[in-house]
This record gives sequence, structure tokens and C-alpha cells, in this order.
Amino acid sequence: MPDPAVLLEGVTKRFPGVVANDQVNLRVESGEIHALCGENGAGKSTLMKILYGMQKADEGRMVVNGAEVDFDSPTEAIDAGIGMVHQHFMLADNFTVLENIILGAEPATNGVIDFDEARDHIQSVGREYGLDVHPDELVEHLEVGERQRVEIIKVLFRGAKILILDEPTAVLVPQEVEELFRNMRGLKEEGHTIIFIDHKLDEVLEIADTITVLRRGKTVATVKPEDVTAHDLAELMVGEDLPVPETSASTVTDEVVLRVRDLDVEGSDTEVALDVSDLTVHAGEIVGIAGVEGNGQAELVETILGIRHPVAGSVELLGDDITSGSVRSRREAGIGYIPEDRHRRGLLLDAPLWENAMLGHQSMNPFVKNGWWIDPEAARKATEDIIERFDVRTPGTDVPAHALSGGNQQKLIVGRELSAESRVLIAAHPTRGIDVGAQAAVWEELRSARRAGKGIILISADLEELIGLSDRLHVMLRGSLVAELDPNDVTPRELGAYMTGAKEAV
Amino acid sequence: MSKDRWLALAPPIASLVFAFVVSSIVLAISGANPFVAFGNVFEYGVRLNTLVETINWSTPLYLSGVAVAIGFRMNLFNIGVEGQYVLAAFIAAQVGSQLDLPPVLHVSAIILTAMLIGALWAGLSGWMKVTRNVHEVISTIMLNSIAVGGVVSYLLGVWDVPDDTSLDTALAPIPESGWFPDLNFLVGGNTRSDLWGFVLVAVVVGVAYHYLINRTRLGYDLRASGANASAAEASGVDPKRTVVMAMVLSGLVAGLVGLPELLGDSHTYSLRFTQGLGFAGIAVALIGRNHAAGIAVGALLFGWLSRASGILEVRGDAPREIVAIIQGVIILSVVIAYSIAERYRRIEAAKAAAAAIGEER
Repeated sequence: MPDPAVLLEGVTKRFPGVVANDQVNLRVESGEIHALCGENGAGKSTLMKILYGMQKADEGRMVVNGAEVDFDSPTEAIDAGIGMVHQHFMLADNFTVLENIILGAEPATNGVIDFDEARDHIQSVGREYGLDVHPDELVEHLEVGERQRVEIIKVLFRGAKILILDEPTAVLVPQEVEELFRNMRGLKEEGHTIIFIDHKLDEVLEIADTITVLRRGKTVATVKPEDVTAHDLAELMVGEDLPVPETSASTVTDEVVLRVRDLDVEGSDTEVALDVSDLTVHAGEIVGIAGVEGNGQAELVETILGIRHPVAGSVELLGDDITSGSVRSRREAGIGYIPEDRHRRGLLLDAPLWENAMLGHQSMNPFVKNGWWIDPEAARKATEDIIERFDVRTPGTDVPAHALSGGNQQKLIVGRELSAESRVLIAAHPTRGIDVGAQAAVWEELRSARRAGKGIILISADLEELIGLSDRLHVMLRGSLVAELDPNDVTPRELGAYMTGAKEAV
Repeated sequence: MSKDRWLALAPPIASLVFAFVVSSIVLAISGANPFVAFGNVFEYGVRLNTLVETINWSTPLYLSGVAVAIGFRMNLFNIGVEGQYVLAAFIAAQVGSQLDLPPVLHVSAIILTAMLIGALWAGLSGWMKVTRNVHEVISTIMLNSIAVGGVVSYLLGVWDVPDDTSLDTALAPIPESGWFPDLNFLVGGNTRSDLWGFVLVAVVVGVAYHYLINRTRLGYDLRASGANASAAEASGVDPKRTVVMAMVLSGLVAGLVGLPELLGDSHTYSLRFTQGLGFAGIAVALIGRNHAAGIAVGALLFGWLSRASGILEVRGDAPREIVAIIQGVIILSVVIAYSIAERYRRIEAAKAAAAAIGEER
């Protein structure tokens, strides 16, 4: 039997207060597709960062192609033939595909970059593996799936034989996932070894040759896909039953809480123009909006919030026309907002939690005292309530937000928006990047907000979440709502077809 | 001493020590004995008269530092404090010289004029930023040139001054009813320099700044914008209004910067009126980390250095420009030391948060 491509034995990595990897063993055979499964926080990414030289293990040994290695930096890992495609793409938007690929590994003669040689090389790499991208296209013009291909070619260009893909399918629609899987099989045939992180179990079962499951920093099992079901894997991952997004009996009422009519918003190079004829949300209803990212969801949210102003059309809250109102007046009138990017729109990372707990509500009770003043004591009290009710794990109300893990930051935001007495909640990707436990908690909170009679707009890339939670589903494509579907009789596949425009509403 | 307090104090102290070591080396290279030179500085620096002057000159530095800090708090780089205070002091001096009012009213009128001019000049930058997207660094630099150049031109008589005083380099003096009372009684009343009463205004400004930024809704909105403009916008902060507001507030304080000298000493605006306080304020705000008390420490430090160092030249130890080196090194090392302390603090906070999770698992 040949040497395994990667062999990790007893790898342990401690961070202050947590053991991220605890005596982890991993054996990846040469030329196989090996899936690494586990909840967020199970230690998958840490393990891969160690293998890629971004972090150093405290204990344990690593063997790559039969040779013991000890990487001090990714450069050394790359030299050993290991490449990594990160979950968040590391591409320069204003560079071309070609420039991005050669960045840091420019083929040059006498200090002058040899673009022609690079272009030839990239095209041959692309042809060889069926990875099709135009070298001279600007990266900002590429779709998510294409960007991912650029990342993969970038890694191959540097001579990687062992590829690490960190949650490659998280950002893709089903059709793009199939394309990715075709590419992965192609790479395998060419003799590459692929390690990929994923927690969508049906995908793992479809593509992987071997599956290793991590839980709380430990290897719990290495299995073959033919021997297990998705249910078995889920249990291995969480050690208990997997929560599912599901709503109970309908709580939809006749009362319209939010209505968007004949909306016309101008676009630009980077922003999608909107043309939304009717979007209605009732009290006690969750309206899901499905769509490939970048089809106007962000612009729609910003228009409802009042950050962006329409050329024509109206936004009505509880029957009042708020189209010309400021963001603050809308928030005071009862619009809550869970932003898609919590670091960009939702938090003041360097500010203490109590200041974060009042963000978006700083002009309202209980945070205001005598009109002009803020009330830190009341804010701390409100923060403690959120921490308690939403199980935010934190040493206190005065630690800065950046100290919290992503899941706890998200729980703080969800708690903040649900504690407020809003009538409408815009939840954009509310469970993105948080672990299964926190995810289930957020789902439960959305459901209870729905029961309490709030109207909720749910935007998500997780199709199961959308189908499971929504009372009604809209599909957004190129700035318009192109289809309205009943979540009870639509599959993720069908939804994906609508999202890419492959299928049109009848 | 608590760990937090230690983390707050260690960087400036370390920077100060480092700055003195570097300047000692420079002094030694230039042929002076650093021990003798600094000995002289300290000996001279603790004299009562030097301390009075230190307080006098820390006052405008403090006001300038606060003006800059208001902008910094929302990520606005108001480099224009220089032009704002020069123009404000000049016009206030002009207005003050023409008025005939009882003492308290006269001084108040001058102060209000100065604040108004400062706010207008700064607000202009804010307005250009929100309506025409002109970066405040560019506009304030330009407005500095216009203000300072305009004032100097006027004084040099480039403009035709109607009352035929065009060869004079000063405006008409402000009558005594427009002088700010001194505080000489506090220091026994027999120092060579007066103790300017304007320091009291600076204290009031400092307290008001602290409460405005940390305790009011407006302050929260300003800080939120500075910390994360996108999040602030989504939270209901109007970005344009806040920019103009911050520039106007900054300008209000900037307008006061020239007044300690104008109302306490010179009583007129002339070509000898002190310039450069606006730029010094940037350094002072940086050292003080935009905190009301921290800025006071920075202002007192810079004020003392500039006053106590006069002795270097008198005794022939070294040119007083050595102080500029000390100040430069302090600024650089304080910025580096703060960022090291900040990193350490972040690691500590992450540890505490991780421990909180660990306990419950």
C-alpha cells in the first residue's frame, strides 16, 4: 500500500480556555476525496490551518507523502504540495483573473512579469481539469462559482497535489455545487488528493471516498459513505439528534404589517437595480426570499430600512407610508434588522456589549434618559437580559464585542432585535456561520417571534432553512421577485432552478 | 493598581522614558552632556513661573486636542483646527476691539464670536464632504491656507486697510473690559507671568466633552459612526448630518484655541500671534487617546516641554529644537506602545470570553 498523502497523529492545539484539537488522527489516502465533517467549532478549520502551516500544533506529528513535516508557514506547506482554498475568497476584486492567480508567484524574466507565459500556463491548467475561466476578466465581474474556480486554479498553479477546500459549497447554489463536484472528480482522476470541509451531509455522501467526523476537537469516526446514512453522520457530528428548521401550525393573520409596492430603485456598477411590484408581510408570517446572492436582496433590505431611496414606489409599515422616512424613524416605528454581515452592519466590535445591545435602538427605551442622555445602567441591565434569555456566552456586559465567538455575537444581535418591540423583522442570513446549537436557538427565536405576531422577512442561502421556516417563499432574480412558491411543495433542487433562472414561474 | 489601569498608563510612561533615552543620545551626539542638559531643564522646569507658563500654554493645546479628538471620535481627520483658530482669533480680536461692553458681556461676545467662526470654518469642510464628497483632509488643508494666508495678508497690508494703519502689523487692541481675568492670586500673585484665567474654560470644555461623547445620544451616534459607519447607518444614524455635526462641534472648540493668548496676554491679533497650535493638537489628541483626561496629560506634557526647554538655549546646552525631537519620539512611541497594549488587551478579552464558554461546557 502506498504512503498516505496526509497522516496526522495525535495533533493537539490549545487556545486560551479551549482545546480546539485534542489528539486528532487523520489518514488521507493518496488520490482520494476525503471529507471532514463536524459542527462549527468542532475544530475542522483549525486542523486544516495546522496542516496548511497557518498555525502550529502544540503536540502531534504530521506526515505528508511519507515524509514527516513541520510547517512554519503556508509557504512551506505549498512547497510540500499542499494548497488551500479558504471559505472567504482571498481575491483582489480590481485585478484580473490572471493577475490574481499569479499574485505572489509571478513568473518573471529579469523582474518583468511574463504575462503571456502565465496566460498560457493558466489556460492549460484550466483545460486539463475542466476549470473554465477567462484569464483577462476582472474578478469583480465573476459569479461566486467562478471565483471559486479561480481560487482552485490559483492553488494548482502553485503546484499543489493535495487540495484543502474549506466549506466550498457554502456559497453555491445546487447547480454550482454539481459543477464543483465535477471539477473535484476531474482533479481526482488527475491524481490529486482533496480534503474538503463540509457539513451538508447529502453532499458529503455524494462526493467523498472517505469521511472523518470531528466533534468538540476529537476524531469520533472515520467511515465510508456506503456504510452510513445522513442520519448516522448527523448523530456522529452532534452526538444527539440534529435539530431541523420547521415551523409549527400557521400563525399568519390578515393584518398587513409591511407592504412594498411598485418599487423602482436605481442600480449602478456594483448595485442591482430593483423592480419589485408587490411584497407583503402579514403579522405572524415568515416570508422567505430565496435567491443567489447579489440579485438585489441587499438592496431590497436597504430600501425597506431607508438606507437606499427608491425612484418610485412605496414602503408601508402598518398601513403608514414610510417611503420618505429616515432610517431612525423607521426603526422607531418598529422595524428590526438582523444584518447579513454582522461585522459590517451589526456590531461595534471594539465597543462593550452593552453599547452593542443598544445599537439600532439608541433613541428608544430603555436606553434613553431625559431625552438627550443615554442610560448605561439600563443598557447593562437590558444586555444582561439578552445574555440570559438568548444564552450568549460572555464573561460580562463590559467585554468588547470582538472577544465573543461568531455564534455568540449573532445571538447577541438576534436577542437585541427580538427583545425590542418591533413589528417587522428583517432577518438576513440569521444563521450564517454559527454552529448547529446556536442555529437551532435562532430558529426557535424566529418561530416564537412569529407566534408573537411579528412579520418576518427571511433571507437565506440555506435553502432548507428557507423552506423549513417560511410560510411563503419568493424567489429573487436580477432585482425582481420572479416567483412565489409554497414551501410545502418545493424541493431545494427546484428552488435552485428558479434561483438561477433555469426554471420560470408559470 | 488594577490591570486595566496599568495597561492604560504603561504605554505613555514607557514612551516618555524611551523618548528621553533617544533625546539623550541625540544630545550626546551633538556634543552636550545629556545629564547636565536635562538637569537644567528639570531644575528650571519646576520653578513656579515655568509651571504657570506651562498651564498657560497647555490650555490652548488642550482645547486644540479636544477639537481634534471630537473629529477623531467619528473618524474625521480635522486637520483644519489650525486655520479655524487663527481665523477665529483674528476676527474675534477685530470684533472685540470694536465693541464697547461691560466686562462679562464683552468677553462673552468675543468668545461666542470665536466659537461661531471656528464652527463655520469647520462646518464648511463638513458641508463639502457631504454634498460634494470632498475629503475633509483636503478641504481643511486648503481652508487652513486660506485662513492663515488671508489673515497674514491682511496684517501685512496687502489689502487696503481703510483707517490708514496698513503698515501696522497688529489690529487695534481689545479694551480692558474684554480681557479674561487672571488667576494670579492662586500662585501668590508675584510670578513674572500671569496665570491666565482661560484655563477654567478649558476645564469646562473638557468636562462637557467627556459627557457629550460618553453620555449623550449625540455622542453615542458620533462614536458609533466612528467605530463602524455602516452599522451606525443601519442603526438609524444619519451619516451626513453626523459628519456636519461633528465638524461643527470640533470647530466650536477649535475657535477657542487662540483665546487664552488673546484674552489673557496679547489682547490683539498681530503677526506675532502664536501659530501651529492646531497641528500640535493632533499630537496631543493622539497621546491622550481622545479621552478628556488623557488629552489633559498630553497637553500638560507638551506645554511643559515647550516651556522648560527654553533654558537649553539660555544655558547654551543645546538648541531648543531638541524638544521637537523629544516630542516626535514621544508621539511615535506612544502610538506603537498603545497598539501593543491594545493587542494584549484583545488577547486577554478573548481568553476571558473563551473561559466563559469553557465553564458552561
